[in-house]
Formats: sequence, structure tokens, C-alpha cells
Amino acid sequence: MNDTSTLKPGHIQGETGIWEMVIGLEIHAQISSKSKLFSGASASFGSEANRNVSLVDAAMPGMLPVINEFCVEQAVKTGLALNAKINNVSVFDRKNYFYADLPQGYQISQFTKPIVGEGEIIVDLENGEQTTIGIERLHLEQDAGKSLHDQHPTKSYIDLNRTGVALMEIVSKPDIRSPQEAGAYVKKIRSILRYIGACDGNMEEGSLRADCNVSVRKSGEEFGTRCEIKNLNSIRFIIQAIQSEAERQVDILEEGGTIDQETRLFDTSTGETRSMRSKEDAHDYRYFPDPDLLPLEFTENWVQDIKEKLPELPDSLKKRLVKDFGITAYDASILVEEKDYVDFYQQAANGRDGKLTANWMITELFGALKKDNLSFSESPITSENLGELISLISNGTISGKIAKEVFSEMMKSKKSPSEIVKEKGLEQVSDDSQILKLIDQVISDNQDKVNEYLSGKDKLFGFFVGQVMKLSQGKANPGVVNKLLKEKLK
Amino acid sequence: MLNKDIIVDVPTVNKIARLSRLDIPEVNKESLTNDLNNILGFVAQLDEVDTSNVEPLASVTGHKLPLRSDDVNDGNIEDLVLKNAPESSSGFFVVPKVIE
Repeated sequence: MNDTSTLKPGHIQGETGIWEMVIGLEIHAQISSKSKLFSGASASFGSEANRNVSLVDAAMPGMLPVINEFCVEQAVKTGLALNAKINNVSVFDRKNYFYADLPQGYQISQFTKPIVGEGEIIVDLENGEQTTIGIERLHLEQDAGKSLHDQHPTKSYIDLNRTGVALMEIVSKPDIRSPQEAGAYVKKIRSILRYIGACDGNMEEGSLRADCNVSVRKSGEEFGTRCEIKNLNSIRFIIQAIQSEAERQVDILEEGGTIDQETRLFDTSTGETRSMRSKEDAHDYRYFPDPDLLPLEFTENWVQDIKEKLPELPDSLKKRLVKDFGITAYDASILVEEKDYVDFYQQAANGRDGKLTANWMITELFGALKKDNLSFSESPITSENLGELISLISNGTISGKIAKEVFSEMMKSKKSPSEIVKEKGLEQVSDDSQILKLIDQVISDNQDKVNEYLSGKDKLFGFFVGQVMKLSQGKANPGVVNKLLKEKLK
Repeated sequence: MLNKDIIVDVPTVNKIARLSRLDIPEVNKESLTNDLNNILGFVAQLDEVDTSNVEPLASVTGHKLPLRSDDVNDGNIEDLVLKNAPESSSGFFVVPKVIE
């Protein structure tokens, strides 16, 4: 495409002007229940094929669904966390379609009367700005089974373990305007779901996946025709798929074509979307209320009880971190992404320099974990040890540069920073007489440069500082070195 | 919704057949079209009742939906589940290849 460096995210420069993206997401979140939505079979991941299947899930004649109370509670909890309207009466419908991994021939879902109505969440963007994304609805539904197409040349293998597992479908309003916003929105939803324990948010295992509705328009115009990209299971893919789909649509429109409303798949190997089925082939789901299930009703008191038990949510925690620790809103938004991060941070920063702790955690610790391919829970550095490192820097025992050396040793050996500093003799040298000795040596070793400096070549000052630091093996206090060198070289 | 004007034609039959994955021989399509129109015409008699002021009804009993607690007390019956399958292999149902 053209030079995009000056374009805003979500804008595409075409021949005829700038195009804007309009994006809405449907997130499917697997509820963290032990058993399925309508049967007592296990909802766990990774069992032997068809092990977690009851006769209800296999849709044997005469079997009746009975709803799981925990799942209803998680949907209400999530609705409350999304600042959404809770519908005390909701109805289950049959969504009819034909596929080999759907033994009932229909999915039990909620169509006209979902359990949760409109709400909204605040999303943090990378430039530090915030935006509000509307929630259209949240409903309960069953997951389908799994088809394996690569086991046999002419056959598909069907595993019904996932059939009937409880999902929440969270539908956003078409309020999202860039792939990055879409990514941030999914992150925020995932973080909220994890805080309240409604879903583990594990995208690799498919506990959280998203369908993206994408269209493009010129700024201020009506919404264009949208395409739906199905089943994206990572934030990176969501961002890539939306960008490439929007560019495809702009290319078609600029050549005078029209967009066909269709369902598309994202090919992770090419980074492009391709058609899955057109509008003509679109399913006619023939929704109707499921005669096997009565309307789902609960009292306002029950909802209030759930509300009172909600944990502190990321937005409120974020405000508290900014206020209590003086860190930036953006750093706080990274730290509150995961409950584990916040807990770690609060322990490490307790009674210490909050900003310094946030920097070390976000830049150094997250960076090192990523480099070593470790998850946060596998961190060799504990919150106590990171906190201790911060104290050693703050009280001048070690310099920031030495701290990095200590840090990488902590990553390797899991030892405490004070142990490492003692073992390796890394304490910062701030003592004037010791540093003066080093300065004297550097001066006598570099008499020619000293003469140049004294005759006006000021730039050489940095060279002397560097030499002294080198001689001290990085242990000299740079502030003291600067001060003493200036006096010495007058 | 349904009314007496509803007319199923051959293209509609083709579409329904495609969505239902049914292979309907060309010779049967005309009679099937008539059958469907007759069925819909019969059901359309319901339109004679004025329901403009009636809330859609999801249940007639007035009972509430019973809830069960989140316990794993079913499953582990893969032999039973697969018993009626025309074909199965290493615990999977085996069906003609279907890729959507």
C-alpha cells in the first residue's frame, strides 16, 4: 500500500481518499465450569475422544437438557463487570444448522431475549488514550464438537467432547475503528473475565476466540457492507486479519466494485482472508424457543448478591495504582491486565519507588521472560527479590548499570540480589578517595587526551568518565565520578 | 411470519435442499413444491387469529427453569455413545469428509 507512516491506525490511504474501518467483534468465551451447560459431562480440555460425552450431548432421543447454575452465575457476573443490563428473564432458542459435529442439528443459544443486554467498557490504547466500546449483548450458548479432517483421505473424524460446553458470546457494538483498538478490546475483555474467574481466557486452547465484522467507509458516510472473519484465536491474528480484510475491501471499492456480504476465514500462513461462504449460502437458522427449556428467571436479590461478591476490577485497580504509586496511566493499564501482575507489583513496590519498580517490571522483567520464553508464573524472580533490587538501586548500593547485571544473574540463579551483590563484590563505590585513585590513573594513562581537553576539546569529558567507569568495572558511582573529574580537570 | 400468500417455488426448494444437504432428484421437485405449499397453507390458518396484542410465549406451564449444580456426574460412556454409529475408529465418529 501507500506510505502509511502519517495515517492514523484504522485509516487506509486509497487513490480516492482516506478510508475508515468500522469493526464489531463477537467474542466466544468458554465458561470455567467443571461440567457442561446442559449436561453433567466434564468440560475439561484434552481428554480421550468422546470421553466427556453424555447421552444428552450426543443428542440421543428422549434426553433432556438441565441448565448449570454456575454457568448462569458467570454470565450474570460478566454482565455486571461489563456495566451491562441484566435481564432477569431470558429465553433459550434453537439455532438450526446442519454439521457433522453438531449432533442435535441445532445449537441451544439465546436469540431474542439474551441474559445480558447493553453495556460498555473502557479500553486503553497504546498511545495512552482511552476509548469506550459499547456492548450490544451477552448470551449463553453451547459449543460444538470438533472435526478432524486430516486423519483420513475421504473421512472426517468427530470428537464430541466440546459439544455442549458452556460459552458466553459477547457482542460489541460497531464502535471499534482500528485493528489496534480491536486488539485492546479483546485484551480488556479477557482481563475482566480472568479477574472475575468466569473464563480462563486461554486463547491457545480455544477458551477465547473472536469473530470480527469488518467494513470500510469514507469518514462520515453510512456503514459499508461488512464481511465476517470467523474464529480468530490470537490477538495478533485479529489485528492482522482486520487490517488485511479492510485493505482488500478498499481495493475492491476503489476499482468500482462492490463488497459481497460473506463469511471469510483468515489464513495464518498468507496473512490474508479468503471466502468461506457467500450470503446465498448463508445459513437460515430458523431460530425458535427451545421447547425443552423453560424461560430462565432469577430474582433481583440473587443478582445483588453476585454484585456484592465481585472482586475489584481492572479499571478501579488502575486508578488506585496511579494514585498510590505515582505511575503513569499506561504503565498501570499494563500492570492491571493480569491479576498476577498487579499482585506481584504491589508486593514489589510496597514502601519503595513505585515508578522505578514499574519500569523494572515492565521493561526488564517482562522483556527477559519473553526472551527466555517463560510465562509470568514461571518467573525465576520473585516479587520480594525484585523489590529488594529496587531498594539496592534506590539506596545507592548499586548503580542502574550494575543492577542490570545483577538482574540477569537473578534470572539465571534465582538468588536474591543482595546475595549476588555480595558474592560478586558489586557494591557501588561512592567513596571519594577510592574514585580519585581511579581518576588519577586514567589521567596519567591518557596525558595526551588531557592536554587536548585542557586546550578546549570539551567533548573529551565523556571519554574520561567512560574510562573511570571501565576501570571500576562499572561499580563507581557515576555522579561522584562526574563531580570529581570536573574538579580535577579544571 | 407465515401467511396464505407464502409460495414455495423450485428455487426455494433448491435452497432448502442445499442448506439441509439433501440431494433431491429433479423429477421430485415439482411435487415437493406442491406438498410444501399445502403444508404451509394449512399452517397459515393460524393467521386468522389476531395475535397483535399477545406477547410471544416460550412456555405454557408457568414453571421456572430448574437449575442443577456444577458437578461432573456423567460421561465416560464412549462405548455407549458410539454404539449406534455406522462407523467409528479409535474413539471417534467417522463420517464422510465434510469441510466447511
